[in-house]
Amino acid sequence: MTRKKRRLMILLLAGLGLGTATALTLTAFQDNLVFFLSPSDVLAQRPPGERAFRLGGLVEAGSVERHTGADGRPSATFRVTDGPSAITVTYSGVLPDLFREGQGVVTLGKLQPDGSFRASEVLARHDETYMPPEVADALRRAGHWNPAQGAAPPAASWNTAPRQPEGRSGG
Amino acid sequence: MDGRLNAGTGATAARPNPGGRSLHRFANPGRFLRATGRLMPILWAAALLVLGVGLVWGLVLSPADWQQGETVRIMYVHVPMAWLAMGGYTGLAVLSVMSLIWRHPLADLTARELSPVGAAVTALCLATGSLWGKPMWGTWWVWDARLTSVLVLFFLWLGHASLVRSFDDPERGARAGAILALVGFVNVPIVKFSVDWWNTLHQPASVTRLNAPGMHVDILYPLLVCALGFTLLFAAVVLARTRAAVMERRVRALQLARARREEGAAA
Repeated sequence: MTRKKRRLMILLLAGLGLGTATALTLTAFQDNLVFFLSPSDVLAQRPPGERAFRLGGLVEAGSVERHTGADGRPSATFRVTDGPSAITVTYSGVLPDLFREGQGVVTLGKLQPDGSFRASEVLARHDETYMPPEVADALRRAGHWNPAQGAAPPAASWNTAPRQPEGRSGG
Repeated sequence: MDGRLNAGTGATAARPNPGGRSLHRFANPGRFLRATGRLMPILWAAALLVLGVGLVWGLVLSPADWQQGETVRIMYVHVPMAWLAMGGYTGLAVLSVMSLIWRHPLADLTARELSPVGAAVTALCLATGSLWGKPMWGTWWVWDARLTSVLVLFFLWLGHASLVRSFDDPERGARAGAILALVGFVNVPIVKFSVDWWNTLHQPASVTRLNAPGMHVDILYPLLVCALGFTLLFAAVVLARTRAAVMERRVRALQLARARREEGAAA
């Protein structure tokens, strides 16, 4: 019995030590563990222009301009925002299917001297909302949600909504 | 471990253990085989039934997502695999504590049979996630905190599976594996909370969060049924493997005993 208790104590102490060490390490490397910087982070830190980093946020409503270059390559200019700040991003290449106004994106590139961000890669970031098309349509028709303006309303207001609303013809 | 497991192989297998506390009751391999033998058909039937219902509901009957389209259906496999990868590893940690503190022989054996299944489940989680990531994010793989920590979890499963098999003395292998499993357990909260502690490309949790699930019930319910079905299947596979391992040891012990008898008769 005492041997078992001693083994239990050793295990608990080792676990406590390991947990503390891990927590301290993760806290120390906090800055390196984030996948992207928000526009506010970038404006506060001003990373040097030669360093490539990832910028993430929502695509600002009404900011997307798509062009086609002389060589037929598509390119786009849009603003990435986190609410308080926004940064203009230029990108030439094919945007992912999920890319739209109000969608989360993570872009990889370098800050230009004029303060804009030249991206070499754009990834769409899906949020934690899973919604059938009928429910999304109903929310939009009722004016409860404009996807271009950002995240969906609180889940409790729609996650049990019927998929075939009775006011379908009238709406 | 070998000695104690094999002690129950002879005619005295059913010897009751009068002072047996609940944890050690199933250390008797004969009792373990009898108890799980009755359970196995029920477990297989329940797993196949629930999984059948869940997969038809999720893959055929449930609605598409408003922006992911039909690709959302990958989630009905991906999310249960992710939950099983973490839940299974938590089970491995519990077995390792039982092994290190109480020297429970069946815990060693179950841990040994659990880790290859856990590695397979984690590999499926990574593969389905990658298949979803390409059309949705635009990339098969990124080194963000969630994806990287799940890859580490996969290597921990593989490491445990190979470590416990790399000792001549299975008891020493089990001890080393248990220590590896417990050290690796720090990774489980990192996997779970990586999406909350750091910004990642992977989205935060939809189901296990404090406010209402960010998932419509027509998508949530089939997901929960699939998760239950895969969990039952996981349990059935691990139990069947453990039973086979117990029986293998009995066969080996009987062969050894017979060889000794024949040697004795020849001498």
